[in-house]
Amino acid sequence: MESLNLFIKSIFIDNMIFAYFLGMCSYLAVSKTVKTSMGLGIAVTFVLTLTVPINYLLENYVLKPGALSWLGESFADVDLSFLSLIFFIAVVASIVQLVEMVVEKYSPSLYASLGIFLPLIAVNCAILGGSLFMQQRSFDSVGTATVFGLGSGIRWLLAIVGIAAIREKLAYSNVPAPLKGIGITFIITGLMGIAFMSFLGIKL
Amino acid sequence: MKNKEILLGPLSKNNPVIVQVLGICSALAVTSKLEPSIVMAISVIAVVALANVVISLLRNTIPNSIRIIVQLVVVAALVIIVDQVLKAFAYDVSKQLSVFVGLIITNCIVMGRLEAFALSHGPWESFLDGVGNGLGYGLILVIVGFFRELLGSGTLLGFQVIPQAFYELGYMNNGLMILPPMALIVVACIIWVHRSYNKDLQEK
Repeated sequence: MESLNLFIKSIFIDNMIFAYFLGMCSYLAVSKTVKTSMGLGIAVTFVLTLTVPINYLLENYVLKPGALSWLGESFADVDLSFLSLIFFIAVVASIVQLVEMVVEKYSPSLYASLGIFLPLIAVNCAILGGSLFMQQRSFDSVGTATVFGLGSGIRWLLAIVGIAAIREKLAYSNVPAPLKGIGITFIITGLMGIAFMSFLGIKL
Repeated sequence: MKNKEILLGPLSKNNPVIVQVLGICSALAVTSKLEPSIVMAISVIAVVALANVVISLLRNTIPNSIRIIVQLVVVAALVIIVDQVLKAFAYDVSKQLSVFVGLIITNCIVMGRLEAFALSHGPWESFLDGVGNGLGYGLILVIVGFFRELLGSGTLLGFQVIPQAFYELGYMNNGLMILPPMALIVVACIIWVHRSYNKDLQEK
């Protein structure tokens, strides 16, 4: 029950993309068609579901103050938390490399349409942000961390598919010339953000 | 002349945030007040400029296939330094910035400049390019932070700016400006103004 709550909460309520703007760059750049944004969204969800639990284990058994105590008494007061950024980004980069190889092998058309953005998932702030929020909120088990990663991924997927669908229609509308393209996308994202804020009142 | 262009180009014509649409995530999330925006801008200037110099010095020795990892490690090391310095000297602000200092690693401006500039230019030009892009990014952050704090809480850097007499006449702070989605709309307005002056940047 607890994890179901967290799952729904991480999809709708603390919406990472609208409240913290994580993953904005690829969100704005890839959201031109629904198909590619769906592909990218699934890749991001997959990477988040893998990296958050892995980083959770790293955090709790290697990095946290006193986390190394399973190695023996003398390690009990070692604090490696200042290394967490490097550890997290290394995990993210290697998982992304893995996903890239898998996608290239099994779905070359998706690989071609994602282009440069597949390797750029490594520097997608939503991924590293997921791990950093995990660290900040100190979840109690790997299970909860996984659920949080999956939920964060799905909400990113929802957001990018939503904006892509709107942008496909937007191509037919008459937007003031200086706002065309990126400007109007910003405004629509802002409006979507306000709409998503209506979930804020829900207590789970 | 050429160096001047490298330094000043990114301020307007080639601005990383509003023209190249890079580094949006942090640009939006930290700008609800002016002070964190300024601190964030300074941190990013430091990281981009130094990372550019380091990569530019290493550019002939890095094998092409592992350059992303090398870049990430260099950037992550610099960000850890910035993070520790902020925690030591500006603890309150570093609490407000929360995960966003760590997220400078995945700020696309940093990676973008390393890929596009530092890998093919000397250290001095790379330094100027880094400072220029950092300034261009900082400029937008400060403008957005200025308007959001002024309209949202009636203060600047924590000091009351809008006189008490206004409030007595019925003026109210616009609470909407503090909410995250308004950052997007303020940036969209900046893009609108900027593109109506620079017609060549308008999208078809």
